Amino acid sequence: MTTRIQKEASKESLLLNMGPSHPAMHGTIRIMLELDGERILNSEVEVGYLHRGFEKICENRTYFNLLPYTDRMNYVSPLINNLGYVMTVEKMLGIEAPERAQYIRVIMSELSRISDHLTCLAAMAMECGAFTVFLYNVKAREYIWDVIEETTGARMTTSYIRIGGVRADLHPGYKAVLKKAIVETRKVLKDIHGLLDKNKIYLNRTRDIAIVSPETAISYGWTGPCLRSTGVYYDVRKASPYAVYDQLDFEVPLGERGDNFDRYMVRMKEMEQSLRIIEQAMEKMPRSSPSKLMVEALEPAEAIKASRTKKVEKEIILSPNLEGSEKRKYLDILGTDKKYVVPPKEDTYTSIEGIIKHFKFFMRDHGIRPPKGEVYFSVEGGNGELGYYIVSDGTDRPYRLHLRAPCFHIVSALEEMIQGRYIADVIPTFGSTNMIGGELDR
Amino acid sequence: MIGNFVTTRFNYILGWARKYSLFHYPYITACCGMEYMSTAASHFDWDRFGTGWTRFSPRQSDMLVVCGTISHKSAPVLRTVYDQMTEPKWVMAFGTCAVSGGIYDNYAVVQGCDRIIPVDVYIPGCPPRPETVLDGLIKLQEKIQKQEQEWRWKKRK
Amino acid sequence: MEKKKVIEELKQKFAEKIKEVSAQFGDEILLIERDSLLDIVQFLKDKPYSYSMLLDLTCVDYKGQEPRFEMVYHLYSIPNVQRLRIKVSLSEKDLRIDSLASLWKNANWLEREVFDMFGVDFKGHPDLRRIFMYDGFEGYPLRKDYPLRKRQPRIPLRK
Repeated sequence: MTTRIQKEASKESLLLNMGPSHPAMHGTIRIMLELDGERILNSEVEVGYLHRGFEKICENRTYFNLLPYTDRMNYVSPLINNLGYVMTVEKMLGIEAPERAQYIRVIMSELSRISDHLTCLAAMAMECGAFTVFLYNVKAREYIWDVIEETTGARMTTSYIRIGGVRADLHPGYKAVLKKAIVETRKVLKDIHGLLDKNKIYLNRTRDIAIVSPETAISYGWTGPCLRSTGVYYDVRKASPYAVYDQLDFEVPLGERGDNFDRYMVRMKEMEQSLRIIEQAMEKMPRSSPSKLMVEALEPAEAIKASRTKKVEKEIILSPNLEGSEKRKYLDILGTDKKYVVPPKEDTYTSIEGIIKHFKFFMRDHGIRPPKGEVYFSVEGGNGELGYYIVSDGTDRPYRLHLRAPCFHIVSALEEMIQGRYIADVIPTFGSTNMIGGELDR
Repeated sequence: MIGNFVTTRFNYILGWARKYSLFHYPYITACCGMEYMSTAASHFDWDRFGTGWTRFSPRQSDMLVVCGTISHKSAPVLRTVYDQMTEPKWVMAFGTCAVSGGIYDNYAVVQGCDRIIPVDVYIPGCPPRPETVLDGLIKLQEKIQKQEQEWRWKKRK
Repeated sequence: MEKKKVIEELKQKFAEKIKEVSAQFGDEILLIERDSLLDIVQFLKDKPYSYSMLLDLTCVDYKGQEPRFEMVYHLYSIPNVQRLRIKVSLSEKDLRIDSLASLWKNANWLEREVFDMFGVDFKGHPDLRRIFMYDGFEGYPLRKDYPLRKRQPRIPLRK
C-alpha cells in the first residue's frame, strides 16, 4: 500500500517505519518517518489497527447491554467512560441519581483518573530510561485497583456505574483501604517528583521539545491536560459541572509553554488535586442506610419457600456476590424510578410483581426506551472532553451512538509536533500525548 | 539402551533449561496490556518464573504473548512477527479477545488469533487476573518440559 | 453573549439559509442548507461569538428517509462557555459537502473518518483516504445496509 509519504518523499531520504507493534506499551499505531540522518523531515501517522466496530455494535445492543463495551474504550480509566455514557442516557431520560450515588461516582472517577495519569507517566518515563518510575507507578496503581475491586468486583473493566446510580454501595471497610491507597499514592508522587523533576537527562529529553501554542491547540480541538499545558483554561468539571463537582473545592493546574515537560507536570499536579477531591468527597458523602441485619433474617431458600404462601416481610441474607446491593440500600444508590432500574433481587425471587418487573426490564422492545431525539453530553476524561452523542428513535436500542474521543484530536497533531526534530524526540512526545488505542480507533 | 537413557535425560535437561528461561515478546494491542503490565511489575512478579525481561525484538525471543484484540488490519503484522521468530517458539493467547474474538463479533475483528498463528496456551478472562496468567504460564512450562525437544544434532540423523 | 442572542443575529443575517432552529433536551440545534455551511461557520468562529473549537463532526444514516444522511457538527466557545450543534442534510445521490479543513486542523482526520465509515465526499479536503479500515476494504461499514458480521474478500499477503 503506497501511503502519502511514500509518494511524496524525495529519493535521497530514508524511510523508517515505527511499526504497529512497538516496544512502547501504548498500543498499535504506525508512524512512518522520512529521515535525513536523524532529523525528521516529514512523517505520517497511520491509525486504525484497533478498530473494533464499537459504534456499529452499539446499534445492535440495548441501552443496558452495551455498558461493558463502553468500559473497553479508554481502558486505563474505564469508570469515566461508563459515567459519560450513563449521564448521557440520564440526560435523555430526565432522571438524576441519588446524592450518595453521585458522591460514589465522583470518587470512582477520580480514582480512575489517577490510575490513567499514573500509567501514562509510567510508560513515558520508562521509554526515556527511568524504569524505577514505571515500577513505582504500577505499585501505586495496584493499591488503587484494590479499592475499586473491593466495591465493584473487578480491577479494570467494571461496568459499575449504571443508569440511575451505581450498582452497589461501597464496601463496609472501604475507608481503611482508600486511606492506604491515598497514602501510598502520595508517597509515590513525592518519589517521582524527586526522581524526575530536576533530572538532567529527563529535562534534556522533555524541556522545549514539541512546543504547541494555544492557538494551534485550539485549532486541533485539543482538550484535557494537553490543552491545559499550553495555558488555556478549559476543564469540563469547572465549565459545565456534572455530578457533585460544583460542591467540591479543587484547582485546575495550567502549564506555560506547552512542551513535553509541561504536559508531564500538569498531570502530576492533577493527580494531587484528584486526591484532594477524593478526601473531600469522603467527608461530605451522606451516610448510607443502616447496614446491620435484623436478627430474624431469612436464608434465600427459606424465603422463596415462605413467599409461596404469603408476602415476605423479613430481611433476606443475600450471597456475598450481591453484597451492597440489598433492597434497603436501593434508595441510596439506585433511586426509586422503577422503569430504568433493575428491581432488587429480594423482590425478584419472592414476589410475582418483582419477577414481572425483572422480565419487563430485559425483554425485547421493553425496558429502557428513551423518547425520540438526540443528545450530546460530555465529561472530563483522562485525556480531555469525552463526549457521547446518542440518537434515539424510541426503541430499546440506540439508533446511532458516537463517541467524541479526546485522544483522536491530540494524535492528529502528532505529525506537526515531531516535524524537524530527532527520532529520539518522538518517544517522549508520543508518550506525553497519552494515546490509548481503544479510544483512538474505537 | 544407554543411548536411549542419555537422550531422554538430555531431553529432560533441555526442557528444564528452556522452560525456566523464556524470553517473551509482548504483542500488545488493547486492554489486556494493562494486566500484562501488572503481571510483569512488582506485585505479581512473573520474573520469579523465569519470564522476566521483555525482549523487544521477535528474533531474540521465544514466546509471543498476544495481548488484546486482533483486527483485520493488524492480522498481517501479527503473522509477520510470528514468522520472524526463530525456533523453538511458543505462543500464549492472553485474554478473551485473542482466544476467540471476545465480545466483538463483527466485521473488523479476527475471531481468535489461532486463525492466524498456532497457539500453545489459552488464557481466558476479560482481562484475566494476574493469578490466572501465572497459572497459564505454569501450564505452558509443564508443556515445554514434556514435549519432544528439538535440537540440531537430532535433525542431522 | 447569550445563546438566544447568537441565534437571533444568525437568523437576521442568514435568514433564508437556516431551515430550522430547535432545542432538544437542553441543546440548541440549527439545521442549515448545504451551501451556506462555510459562511455560517466562519461567522460563528469570529469574535464576539468566538466558537473557536470544533468539538466533533459526524454523520447519521436515516435509512428510509429522504434525505438519507445528515452531517452533525458540534461547536464550542471557550470564552462564552456555550455549545451549538449544526446539522446539514445530504441525499444519497449527491453525497458531497464542503470541507472544514481550511478552518480547523482536526477536521482533516474527522472528515477522513466520516469518508471511511459512510462514504461522504468532502470538497477541498487535502488528502481524502480511509483511516480506520485497511486498504482494499469494500463498502462503508456504518451505513445501515452494511450487515454487522459481513466478511470481506481475501487479500493475498504482501511479500
